[in-house]
Amino acid sequence: MSSHTTSPEEHVHDPYVAHHFDDAEQQSEAVTLGMWAFLITEIMFFGGLFLGYYIYRSAYPEAFHNGSFELDITLGGFNTVVLIFSSLTMALAVRSAQIDRRKALVGFLLATLVLGTVFLGVKVVEYSHKWDHHLVPGKYFQLPPGQQPQMQIFFAFYFVMTGMHAFHMIIGAGIMLALIPMSWKGMFHSRNYRAIEMFGLYWHFVDIVWIFLFPLLYLIGRN
Amino acid sequence: MSHHVVSIRLYLAVFFSLMVLTAVTVWVAFLDFGPLNDILAMGIAIFKASLVILYFMHVRYNSKLTWAFVASGFFWLVLLLVLTGQDYWSRDWDKTKGWDQSPGWEDLTPKAADPTDAEEGHASEEH
Repeated sequence: MSSHTTSPEEHVHDPYVAHHFDDAEQQSEAVTLGMWAFLITEIMFFGGLFLGYYIYRSAYPEAFHNGSFELDITLGGFNTVVLIFSSLTMALAVRSAQIDRRKALVGFLLATLVLGTVFLGVKVVEYSHKWDHHLVPGKYFQLPPGQQPQMQIFFAFYFVMTGMHAFHMIIGAGIMLALIPMSWKGMFHSRNYRAIEMFGLYWHFVDIVWIFLFPLLYLIGRN
Repeated sequence: MSHHVVSIRLYLAVFFSLMVLTAVTVWVAFLDFGPLNDILAMGIAIFKASLVILYFMHVRYNSKLTWAFVASGFFWLVLLLVLTGQDYWSRDWDKTKGWDQSPGWEDLTPKAADPTDAEEGHASEEH
């Protein structure tokens, strides 16, 4: 804050507060609400996919259970751990920015990026496995012996839902690639960490989607 | 209140809770509770998501306005799922065949290429 006295009409100039906001607090509130407005559209987008899954699964429970059995629970569980761990490093990255720890911020963002890449790498292994076993819906889908044809619907949901999830992670990784050099240059600190915090909200949202996808796709019909 | 800096200890506690709950959700998936399996799995997932939203996403430390904003989003999601779901669940169709092959749904099922059928389908569409 500047120490010289100002008339009521004059703004106390804070370089990190845009002109149309009264103060940093109001700006922070607006930024958070705006980000959540975007995340709510994302919730509705994935919500539609979850609804479709729910309706088709209630129509063909057996095909869905047997389809789930084809997925690798070890790789899915490993990815769940990786993604939750990346949420922790992301939360610690925001914390580092809040308390002016520049190198820790860069380190935690790098850790988040590496963990996100590991997740996507495991996903590639899983997808290629499904490809080799002809479990990708479409022309070359081969129904495993003794299964209902509706298993193909399960795999359609599997690929669309995990595919859209992975797409969100790729976008997140791209944003991190931009944020890391900016963080290294010292652009984010205790008075200006909104970009890091808002990206954190996005990354945690992607984590939440996976928290629901993992039991719904990998764990049904195991008993 | 969004300037709140959460302690590392609390973040680690949330992280370990999420890990334990992940292990629990895998464990209960291998036990047979009948229809309760799904309710358990979704209950654990909702609890995990709440931990992430409240602590990792700082909603617990945000203003009441943000809280209401977030809650309204999930409220609409519940409307989407429950109102559509109750329609599918309450209809009188043959559950062993699936809703798209039950009586009353033939009209909506795409038919094999047959000129008379296609015309009929077209005519009923216009009414």
